[in-house]
Amino acid sequence: MHLWLSVALIVVGIFSLTVGATEVSLGSALWKVVQGEALTRMEAIVLWDIRAPRLALGLMVGAALAMSGAVMQGLFRNPLADPGLVGVSAGAGLGAITAIVLAGLAPMWLALAVGDQLVPVAAFLGGWASTLLLYRVSTRRGRTSVATMLLAGIALGALAGALSGVLVYISDDRQLRDLTFWGLGSLGGANWTKVLTAGPIIMVSVVVAASLGRGLNGLALGEATAAHIGLNVQWIKNTAILTVAAATGAAVAVSGGIGFIGIVVPHLLRLGTGPDHRPLLINASLLGALLLVLADMIARVIIAPAELPIGIVTAVLGAPVFLWILLRQHAMVDL
Amino acid sequence: MIDRRGFVALTFAFGGMGTQLLASRDTRDVIAIGGDVTEIIFALNQGHRLLARDTTSTYPAAARDLPDVGYMRRLSAEGVLSFAPSLIVSAEGAGPPEVIDILRAASVEFAEIPTGYDAEAIAQKIHAVGAALAVPGKAAKLTADTHAALTAAVDRAARTDAMPKRVLFVLSTQGGRILASGTNTGAHGIIQMAGGTNAVSEFEGYKPLSDEAVSAAAPDVILMMDRSGDHAATDEELFALPAISSTPAAQSGDVVRMNGLLLLGFGPRTADAVTALNRALYPT
Repeated sequence: MHLWLSVALIVVGIFSLTVGATEVSLGSALWKVVQGEALTRMEAIVLWDIRAPRLALGLMVGAALAMSGAVMQGLFRNPLADPGLVGVSAGAGLGAITAIVLAGLAPMWLALAVGDQLVPVAAFLGGWASTLLLYRVSTRRGRTSVATMLLAGIALGALAGALSGVLVYISDDRQLRDLTFWGLGSLGGANWTKVLTAGPIIMVSVVVAASLGRGLNGLALGEATAAHIGLNVQWIKNTAILTVAAATGAAVAVSGGIGFIGIVVPHLLRLGTGPDHRPLLINASLLGALLLVLADMIARVIIAPAELPIGIVTAVLGAPVFLWILLRQHAMVDL
Repeated sequence: MIDRRGFVALTFAFGGMGTQLLASRDTRDVIAIGGDVTEIIFALNQGHRLLARDTTSTYPAAARDLPDVGYMRRLSAEGVLSFAPSLIVSAEGAGPPEVIDILRAASVEFAEIPTGYDAEAIAQKIHAVGAALAVPGKAAKLTADTHAALTAAVDRAARTDAMPKRVLFVLSTQGGRILASGTNTGAHGIIQMAGGTNAVSEFEGYKPLSDEAVSAAAPDVILMMDRSGDHAATDEELFALPAISSTPAAQSGDVVRMNGLLLLGFGPRTADAVTALNRALYPT
């Protein structure tokens, strides 16, 4: 499974470098490089400044969201869990909305320090702040209660939603459209700065999270049993929560709200390879990356020269496929 | 230094009428973003230089025939580059900033046209578009013509004997909630120019109004955009809304619908919009 997904990922990755609104072709550009000819300005910019960072960002965001979804479903032992459950989405959304609506009020030194990156930075900080708050609320004497976290997360989500509502109310119509588009997600603003800032955070988180397979398998038996078979349950929880917050926070910061991937990719894989988390976590990050790069390809060519928000593509294409797979399953889904 | 635009200007200055048809193929190198900007470009007789436009550029009809590069705040870097433009003339606030950076790196010039909702703003827009397209002479003439027409229209509108009517601009009635215009909007500006009074002046921008606030605003006339083909509320539906039903406008059945870009564009056609709105407000 790993192998097939990896091969598919490489094929789709290369393909995504070759399609776009311009007629720049990867093949002829590579041939020029082989021949020692110089690329045209257009070829260099389209391939290197537009398509390549977009591919890199798509791979990382897709892997981060799908892996985070798989970890959350394992940690909460709940099929509906998604990365949002640790509060990171609500917090990131509030951070982004605050930055969009109140950017004009930002002090000069802040505007100079982060410049155009105010929205991603605010989203990342907002995501982290709300995860840490949620973690604090649900941890007593060194033990984190997953159930408390779930409930507190709902409360925190409602609070963030209300504060976002206040900001939406005071926003002007242009900011309102920005908010809407942010919520639908896009890889359109991809550049190397984003890849190099979000990349290390996402990659470290995904690699660490991939090692949680055995621990999450143990947790599936219940916390007490997991502790009896010698697992450090609190360590698993801490690692899961922190890696998910870091990976999702960074992904949401650079791409906005992209739904569906986090919740559905792990289920697709479970239907194929069963509930064992060890292959699941790695496969999820591969399939998530694959699907997001595919979705982004569609988003940018289907109404070219304009492009669709990617969140629309993931949901419109993903949801019917998922329903179809569920219908084809003779047995009911078990977790 | 003569940059590409300067060169285009020279071609135009010395090209003369005979070569203009020939030259027009080579000089098609501009993308227009924003309905008002596109209108001004066509009014300056520079429509033949456009490669593409954004979603809001729907006037004149020739603009609709151009390819659409999408919503101005969400431009696609590769989509725009696929036209190989050398200049983008855009209304304030095109983005996202990362995309603009890439376009600049690809040596696409980017001219941002200031926005605003009065006669002065229109003059500045035309001046800025003219400068970007290197046709300052034509821009000066269009500015003068537009200004004269607008002044005349506003004067005519101000000569109305009747008490100024209170006008409520309703952007949408989604779910029975009235989204109305406060001050510092295109709607506020055009209502004042046309000899009316904005019924809501407590806030800036567009905000949802409570039913009571609509009653308190007591508009004599409801002003809306006509969205041909869209699911705009009919007059019956509009006046049946609890918020609207108690207003003087509902009792007299006064609702005015005008094309959104004409009404709120603040470009060369604003004089027409003022006259049309004034006639609709004060029918004789």
